[in-house]
Amino acid sequence: MTTVFSPGLSACAACGVAPLALATALPPARLMLSLPHIHCAACIGQIEAGLRAVPGVRSARVNLTQRRASIDALDGTEAASLVAALAAIGHEAHELDPGALSATETDRQGHALLMRLAVAGFGMMNIMILSVAVWSGAGEAARGLFHWISAAIALPTVAFAGQPFFRNAVASLRAGRLGMDVPISLAILLACGVSLSETLQGGQYAWFDAAVSLTFFLLAGRYLDHRTRAAARSAAAVLSALEVPRALRLGPDGTQEVAVATLMPADLVLVRPGGRMPVDGVVTHGTSEVDRAILTGESLPVIVRPGSVVSAGETNLTGPLTLRVTHAGADTSLHRMADLVAVAEASRTRYTALADRAARIYAPAVHGLAFGAFAVWLGLTGDGRVAINIAVAVLIITCPCALGLAVPAVVTSASGRLFRMGLLIKDATALERLAEADVVVFDKTGTLTLGLPQMVGLQGHDPAVMAVAAALAEGSSHPLAQALATACRAAGVQAAAVTGLAEVPGSGITGCWQGQQVRLGRADWVGAAPCDLTATHLHIGTDAPVTFVFTDRSRPEAAEAVAGLRALGLTVMLMSGDSSGPVNALADRLGIADRTANLRPAEKAARIAALAAAGHRVLMVGDGLNDTVALATAHVSIAPASGLDAARAASDIVLLGTSLAPIPDAVRIARVATRRMWQNFAISVVYNLVAVPFALLGLATPLLAAIAMSASSVTVSLNAMRMR
Amino acid sequence: MDILFWLIPVSIALGGLGLLAFVWTMRHRQYSDPEGDAARILLPDWDDRPRP
Repeated sequence: MTTVFSPGLSACAACGVAPLALATALPPARLMLSLPHIHCAACIGQIEAGLRAVPGVRSARVNLTQRRASIDALDGTEAASLVAALAAIGHEAHELDPGALSATETDRQGHALLMRLAVAGFGMMNIMILSVAVWSGAGEAARGLFHWISAAIALPTVAFAGQPFFRNAVASLRAGRLGMDVPISLAILLACGVSLSETLQGGQYAWFDAAVSLTFFLLAGRYLDHRTRAAARSAAAVLSALEVPRALRLGPDGTQEVAVATLMPADLVLVRPGGRMPVDGVVTHGTSEVDRAILTGESLPVIVRPGSVVSAGETNLTGPLTLRVTHAGADTSLHRMADLVAVAEASRTRYTALADRAARIYAPAVHGLAFGAFAVWLGLTGDGRVAINIAVAVLIITCPCALGLAVPAVVTSASGRLFRMGLLIKDATALERLAEADVVVFDKTGTLTLGLPQMVGLQGHDPAVMAVAAALAEGSSHPLAQALATACRAAGVQAAAVTGLAEVPGSGITGCWQGQQVRLGRADWVGAAPCDLTATHLHIGTDAPVTFVFTDRSRPEAAEAVAGLRALGLTVMLMSGDSSGPVNALADRLGIADRTANLRPAEKAARIAALAAAGHRVLMVGDGLNDTVALATAHVSIAPASGLDAARAASDIVLLGTSLAPIPDAVRIARVATRRMWQNFAISVVYNLVAVPFALLGLATPLLAAIAMSASSVTVSLNAMRMR
Repeated sequence: MDILFWLIPVSIALGGLGLLAFVWTMRHRQYSDPEGDAARILLPDWDDRPRP
């Protein structure tokens, strides 16, 4: 329930504003659930009713915008029971780590901005009403009065609403730079100062309306910018919060589920088949196969025995393993890789956003122009009051109202469209960089493929052999056996009667068929010749072994995505850590000519750096730990949501669904968005070119400034909204 | 023109009232879930009597 009684609604606006930051900080809900598939009123009703029916739940509130439920419950209520209760009524839910969701700080910033925007809007409207009276020819006495009232509204409004600009301007001046905020602050402050002195002297023109509407339009840009980033940040936080890291620790009093963070070196940890290694360690008990695809990109499982070393992030496939922890937490190889990413990311901050590049030209030009106008008019007339009035008019007319809106409005509308297509833009400049990309580098395992094997050439085998293979495969949980069993079922193969099935962890499965021993498993175990492709082997009695070959199933629409990217004029490349057999097979299927196999993580990054040195802008798409450094090195990067946390953190854009089809669309939209940004810059420059001569000649009036400012802001926003 | 001396304070007060209303909606977190609020009006739960 969000209806929290707020004591004493203050009677004036200023008092209402001051304690706002405190009032919005609600006590945190104890439990948070992510609800990825809710979409309508019926879902809200069902979920809230379903949660309230769970014993111990005091209240539950669904937030449809964030797709979350926050639950206030008695101590001892488990999130798992809530997830189960929702699953029973057909809603998918995941536990979220409330600690990982630090949304309150972002919320507070957003609320503070919105508050300033509202105050600026209020001030602007009231001053505009008075200004219209002045422009339409109020008498001298009335004009003086209106200017005084305007000043009384404008000065507190600017003092409150303009703070973000003043603060940024001071910060950038301290750092020795001229950002966009310096000319903005200067224009606002000078306009207020000059208007106040004109009002005191009973002058004809006051610029209070310009100062306040400038603040309003620029705050609108800031708010849009903030909202886009807050949405991306909260969605990215949800992805991280979904991975509540747990491990099974073997203690003197049995197996215990503990948080990974509490594990210490020398602890014993049990990893069940299908589970991910939580730590680096040495196998002390058990034999199994592990999938290292996420670390190295190789699709063939690796066999591990007592004494083998395993790394955090690998997936255990067949048998249960007991590990002795060697490195836990921040010491694991997974985290050491993250340090490499930090280094690579530091090198990328060299990219300058379009808006900053514009500001770099714009700020000195405007200051020069205003100062030049002041100097020339002072020289010509010798009247300081005229000269400063003209300088202020120049500053206001050229003030980057439209420039401040030009980029945020486009980014907001483009990232909204991309989010509906299943792409999450994490970085504000990602769209600009994506638009510049001319080479796409794909990782193979987990990116172009799903990491799920699929059997090929089933028809080429003897039906009797297939029947035996089907029977053996049904008895194993190994991914290759599962794929074989699925293929047999799909082809209608009747499983033969095999008795005495026994799984040998790390090797395969064995049984008895018509008095002969039959074995399905690794090449060295059944006595077959090892092959380069992903394969499993069947050995019947004394016959020669039969080999079944698998390919990794490619993601839906992978071929279309590759074709689409090529149609947009990008060069497509495949760089994989896997062996050349599977890499060539997939590259041929998708029609990628430029492929490289057996690459180590550092080599991938080096190749991308070489491409960049040759003048290419590389878009890297990858999911695994072996791609992480490459993702951070590339000009712009995309990671699927199924990828590793580190890969998602290192990339600029996260692909939320399984299909790769949105990638070409993303490139197309990014190009359109960048074009819109340039158009917006051009529009504001045109307005300036028309209005600046008037200001320089001393013909600018507050009316002209108001028209130019509002018209350019509205045109720019409308242009941004026609993103199709 | 004397009417101006009444109309100006009245217009500013009305604007201020709007601003106060906005402050109130924000303090009551009415902007935290716009999609949910749009959907909730369709819920039949409290059609017969107001929520206690």
